[in-house]
Amino acid sequence: MTLFLAFSEMALSGFGGVLPFAYRHLVERRRWLTPEDFTKLLAASQVMPGPTICNLSVMFGYRSAGIGGSAMALGGMIALPTAIVLGLGVAWHEFGALPPVHRALTGMSAVVAGLVLATAMKMSRAVPRHAVPVSLSVVAFLGVGLMRFPLFAVIAFVGPIGILLAWREHW
Amino acid sequence: MIPDSGDAPVWSVVAPMFLHFALLSLMAIGGGVVMVAPEMQRYVVDSHHWITAEQFSAAFALAQAAPGPNFLYITLVGWEVAGWAGAAAATLAILGPPTLLSVAMVRASANRAPGPLARAIGKGLVPISVGLVFATGWILLRGSGSWDFRGATLALLAAAIVFRTKVNPIWLIAAGAAVGVAGFV
Repeated sequence: MTLFLAFSEMALSGFGGVLPFAYRHLVERRRWLTPEDFTKLLAASQVMPGPTICNLSVMFGYRSAGIGGSAMALGGMIALPTAIVLGLGVAWHEFGALPPVHRALTGMSAVVAGLVLATAMKMSRAVPRHAVPVSLSVVAFLGVGLMRFPLFAVIAFVGPIGILLAWREHW
Repeated sequence: MIPDSGDAPVWSVVAPMFLHFALLSLMAIGGGVVMVAPEMQRYVVDSHHWITAEQFSAAFALAQAAPGPNFLYITLVGWEVAGWAGAAAATLAILGPPTLLSVAMVRASANRAPGPLARAIGKGLVPISVGLVFATGWILLRGSGSWDFRGATLALLAAAIVFRTKVNPIWLIAAGAAVGVAGFV
């Protein structure tokens, strides 16, 4: 139950990304993890597919208290935020047709698109300024974003090329 | 599609959506779930016409305006496509496979350092994830209902502010809503 409450608290403080709050709670406030442990746990959650913060909750919960711990941590992470988001969904459905609400959502949508672009810009700092990785990014963007090819096809095409060239240390 | 239309045909939507999203959950490597948004939009908007691009962008924006994990836009897209059953299916699909894998991984290897192959996979996929997150921003803007000079200016302004300063994004989203209500976009 402590896990459930702790992860609920993190989730609810996390507007626009829970990760910084997970660090603050797990490392700084509760001291359940050292900074090094947190970094390792984060790296492991990023290697796994799926929502990073949820993987982190599952792994941390499991290490603390087995399967039950996983369930509590993940439950805490998602229960209240899901309820809030669905509440927003219901409200949207009720009032979305009203012109001011519709215009507000249009403005929010444009801003959020910009926020995602900023995230991409921040992430791109991790990509070395080298022809190979930059081309991989560009091909992925063009294929999925502009040409609207299925993601499966694009990953099947550029994924192996990227892994092979990384393996051969081409950058 | 109207949420809670409540009858049998909903399952002919929910079942394939569940399978598609579950597969997508396994492709979200290295960039979280934001990077699969273009494929999800292609599937529910372009291929099946279950919702419009504008609804997709709005669902994403609403989820970002609430606290919590990023995957919640998927819950909201599921809800918009097929009501409560859709929301439940979309959430289970995006969380289920990764959660099982995470548990398996903690059980198998306590704290082993990644081998050279794992490192090559990580290194090779990072640039691709970055390209995909750019694609997400792009398709969200295209679908935002203000796909013109003003919408693009607002988006780029927000991007520049959050990139340059430490302001909490929630204030920018609120400002976006205000700009929208005032009729500027």
